[in-house]
Amino acid sequence: MIFDRKSFLRISGLSLAAFATRNSTAAFAGASRNEGTPAADSASGRRLAMVVDARRCLEKEGCDLCIQACHRSHNVPAIDDPRHEVKWIWKEPFKEAFVSEQSEFANSTFQDKPFMVFCNHCDRPPCVRVCPTKATWKREDGIVMMDWHRCIGCRYCMAACPYGSRSFNWLDPRPYIKSLNAEFPTRTKGVVEKCTFCPERLASGKLPACVEACTPKALAFGDLEDPNSQVRGWLGSRFAIRRKAELGTSPEVYYIV
Amino acid sequence: MRDRGLILAGLLIFLGIISVPVWYNLSSGKIPVMPELKLPASARECVAPISYMKTSHMKLLNEWRDQAVRAGNRTFTAYNGRTYAISLTATCLQQCHEDKAAFCDRCHAYNGVKSPNCWDCHVDPKLAQKPLRRVAATQTGASHDLR
Repeated sequence: MIFDRKSFLRISGLSLAAFATRNSTAAFAGASRNEGTPAADSASGRRLAMVVDARRCLEKEGCDLCIQACHRSHNVPAIDDPRHEVKWIWKEPFKEAFVSEQSEFANSTFQDKPFMVFCNHCDRPPCVRVCPTKATWKREDGIVMMDWHRCIGCRYCMAACPYGSRSFNWLDPRPYIKSLNAEFPTRTKGVVEKCTFCPERLASGKLPACVEACTPKALAFGDLEDPNSQVRGWLGSRFAIRRKAELGTSPEVYYIV
Repeated sequence: MRDRGLILAGLLIFLGIISVPVWYNLSSGKIPVMPELKLPASARECVAPISYMKTSHMKLLNEWRDQAVRAGNRTFTAYNGRTYAISLTATCLQQCHEDKAAFCDRCHAYNGVKSPNCWDCHVDPKLAQKPLRRVAATQTGASHDLR
């Protein structure tokens, strides 16, 4: 057989086309698979969530044991100026926290009552999507974690979070910390911070500081993937709402009303 | 080149004079000033061999940082099989180097190595015991470059 120029060109053209098709199909298949999966990966077997029993929480007026415990153990500065304030847990009136649950003739039991609000540790966290340095990311157990070493203070995450769960350190926080807890770092000026569901406590088998401090037992914390967990028990027996769930962030803090 | 002898002699005298401190130290048999580091009182060994810690403690700390925060792994198995909690404050400071100022800071100052920004956030337990305002005052030096 004579291998002439014509057959050489034909064979090389065909193999080039085959190679290109194979690569592009693989690329498209990969892309569509990524888009299809929800951010919550149940394969990891864990999906940590918090459930707040609103009635029990509101029983004692002015109670802020959870806030105190959280802010003390995480060295959260107490800055009164609302422009500079830093908060991990705070109180928000029902009508502000649950904007979409409003109606003119709604039961007024809750309207002006303060609700404890946290970072919602969303299943589809918008803050994680926008962070340019991966300083905030979603752990396999569902916690939306922060790495303050890596935060460059661009505040994209603050713009993306629909709950206002993130605070920026406009000032050096240390002078505003009443009692410094050496076990936990402070933050510096120029860093964003928020509730982290206490991974440092979970690692040693403890519950988050707020859950442990809540004497009225209004907070439950656990794994939604575990059918026998306390959170599943509470959610299975009573009706619960979430903050701005219609935005599609799939928040993991539930409120039993 | 008539002055070769003079020039060479002058050079020798010059070199002799400027190297006086070296000759002086060599003849007195004393080692020049070294930082007086306060070594751990209780602990006998570190999480890694001393020679490694002297040259590469910063690498180990960066690895610890990534392990604890990003990988969620908070225990470290040392070269000798012992396990330690990955914590700058609880392990390095509270268990061994109780006096940060007389160990870390003194050596960094002697070697002209700028105090790393670890301490902008991580807490020296000694500071935690002091009242608030003085804490703020001692920290300003370290965080000046951020302002």
